[in-house]
Amino acid sequence: MPRTTYVVPPTYLPLIGCAALFCLAIGFVSWLHQLHYGPYLAITGFGLLLLMMFDWFRTVIHEVRAYQLDDDPVIDHSYRWSMGWFIFSEVMFFSVFFGTLFFIRVFILPYLSGAIPEGTMTHFILWPDFKNIWPLLKTPDPQAIAGPKAAMEAWGIPAFNTLVLLTSGVTITIAHWGIFKKKIKQAVLFQTLTILLGILFLYLQVQEYAEAYHHLGLTLGAGAYGNTFFMLTGFHGFHVTLGTLMLMVILYRMLKGHFTPKPFCI
Amino acid sequence: MSHEHPSPNGILGHIQRWVFTTNHKDIGTLYLIFGFSMFFIAGFMSLMIRAQLVQPGMQLLDPATYNVVITMHGLTMIFGALMPILAGFANWQIPLAIGAPDMAFPRLNNWSFWLLPFAFTIAMSTLFVEGGGPNAGWTLYAPLSTNYGPPSMDYLIVSIHMLGISSILAAINIIATLLNCRTPGMSLMKMPIFAWSWMVTAFLLIAVMPVLAGTVTMMLTDRHFGTSFFNVAGGGDPLLFQHLFWFFGHPEVYILILPAFGIISEIVPTFSRKPLFGRTSMIYAIICIAVLSFVVWAHHMFTAGMLLSTMIFFMYTTMLVSVPTGIKVFNWVATMYKGALTFETPMLFAIGFISMFTLGGLTGLMLAIAPADFQYQDTYFVVGHFHYALVAGTLLSMFAGIYYWVPKWTGYYYSERLGKLHFWLSLISVNITFMPMHFLGLAGMPRRIPDYGLQFADFNAWCTLGAFMFGFAQLIFAYNMIQTMRGKGQKASGQVWEAAQGLEWSVESPAPYHTFTTPPQIKSET
Repeated sequence: MPRTTYVVPPTYLPLIGCAALFCLAIGFVSWLHQLHYGPYLAITGFGLLLLMMFDWFRTVIHEVRAYQLDDDPVIDHSYRWSMGWFIFSEVMFFSVFFGTLFFIRVFILPYLSGAIPEGTMTHFILWPDFKNIWPLLKTPDPQAIAGPKAAMEAWGIPAFNTLVLLTSGVTITIAHWGIFKKKIKQAVLFQTLTILLGILFLYLQVQEYAEAYHHLGLTLGAGAYGNTFFMLTGFHGFHVTLGTLMLMVILYRMLKGHFTPKPFCI
Repeated sequence: MSHEHPSPNGILGHIQRWVFTTNHKDIGTLYLIFGFSMFFIAGFMSLMIRAQLVQPGMQLLDPATYNVVITMHGLTMIFGALMPILAGFANWQIPLAIGAPDMAFPRLNNWSFWLLPFAFTIAMSTLFVEGGGPNAGWTLYAPLSTNYGPPSMDYLIVSIHMLGISSILAAINIIATLLNCRTPGMSLMKMPIFAWSWMVTAFLLIAVMPVLAGTVTMMLTDRHFGTSFFNVAGGGDPLLFQHLFWFFGHPEVYILILPAFGIISEIVPTFSRKPLFGRTSMIYAIICIAVLSFVVWAHHMFTAGMLLSTMIFFMYTTMLVSVPTGIKVFNWVATMYKGALTFETPMLFAIGFISMFTLGGLTGLMLAIAPADFQYQDTYFVVGHFHYALVAGTLLSMFAGIYYWVPKWTGYYYSERLGKLHFWLSLISVNITFMPMHFLGLAGMPRRIPDYGLQFADFNAWCTLGAFMFGFAQLIFAYNMIQTMRGKGQKASGQVWEAAQGLEWSVESPAPYHTFTTPPQIKSET
């Protein structure tokens, strides 16, 4: 059966997106180089990017609803696949930092402490006092780069935050089932709960960072431990922020009745 | 809900049409024009390099500028010329080849393209930043790019982020198109081989562009936020940068060559008047090469220091790549065997590609052997090797593809006479340019130097002569293409080539603005 095709009309959105990223990129670097217009340009770019994305998603949602594109299995599958591949790209992004952590712990530090290859000269010539103890409180060259006073305890905020995240996985699944079973109240309630858990997570992470900076001397610049700790948890927190924003949009659309038990609805 | 043909009014109308377009053919054209413009810019840089090296002594560039020019030449060729040109082929040909009305996400497609000129505005602006442009070589090794990098390196980092976004979005779009928008009845294994090559390439892009983004992000934090990822004093290591960079870099090389394989696999059967030999094995070979590309990266760093066992592992995996690649070369040759061959320009370029790329592959095999690599590392041998793969390989295949499909795109044949002239000049000059580099390298001439010993003078003069000849040959190509686009050639039919198979030849030439708005029927043998 031949399907008719929806032809997407010309669009100005990507141009705005380009201009936004351009301003953000130039502004950010200018900021780093202490040029006075840097922050303004970066913030303008970021704001423009948010506006563009808002407009873009709004356009797509209107279009799908107006032309019932969600009945088209081709478009349905395209959105699903593309989200899947996008998540795969995120996995690869995070694997850079996990890979870094792995390489530091399995190769660099044993190498610098003289463990592999056995009897290596590097250790004796560079820093003969260096010992490979993780968490790395004492960096190979403490005069150049000071390590943290203490590491982040696993039990405490990190453990509780893990629990918060895992629970939010349960609550959003219940919300999802609410849509399937047409129990919109259940869906809205648990969606709200998920958002609150996301916000709780972020709040606690801010507390954790404050503790790290003010009490533990654990900063982004505190040697390999601080580098990997903040890079991983920082980008994770950024993703939780974006995810919470998305959940808020979904909640808004739930309240407007956009979602039905159809297998796909955008 | 179909839209009218665009009928632009005045200059503003034209700008609107090209900037706001959501049409895969328009976007493909934009990619191609952008890519070839960057090709000429980066090519001009390479001629500056060759002019500097024409004879021993300093003639044109001071050493600092020389470093900037080689860095920008490499980055611009890879990210500005080769990748966009290949993406242009993808945009034009994938929907036509699989009977889809357009790409899966036309708006996203527009964004993927238009990010490129913006990103390259930033990348090129680095040349005018105080302290000079990026000078660490295209590999941007730490600490050259971190502790010792000029301020312009930050601009390069953010432009790489933008290029990464563009590539990832384009790759997601392509993979979604190929998975979902094929005409009914076209199973994955029936999908044309060019489309297959791009499916695997898109997968590689999604897998490794985020790795590059993460790595340059760490470079940025090392430069400005006090981290020590690439600094041993804090527990990091410059070697980590090399590992991460080449984990991106090696698949990146295959991103540049796999679509070239796809183009050649379309052209050879057409002009041999035979179906592609071993089609299924060709598809599996592409997949195999892609998988292997993730486990060979450390062969770029044999001399950087690693455990013997690691070295042996990467040596063997690298040599293993020659198996699927050998399958491909064998199948192309077997396709031609006993075929009714004709030698139009695309076929000439395709045969040129097969023979030249095989040479590039064989020198790659030499480089893969760890003990021998200690001699070749960072010499002109390496430069000769990868220019055989990328210039005599990818670039020749692009010319083949352009000559092959340009009648479909414009509705006119190019001038066969100029095409053949372009081919012979390119083939001869490519060899004059890059063949002596192997011998220079074996004799010990290091790469990335603005001056060299007297014993290397003769071969270097040959290289420069070849490079300028090659540059001149490309002007013939540009003239030929502009004339074709202006409709000066012979009118082309829908079929274009006598024995061409596939859905793209079932539409008229030039391909109408909207094609396959209702899915086409496919013949049983395609």
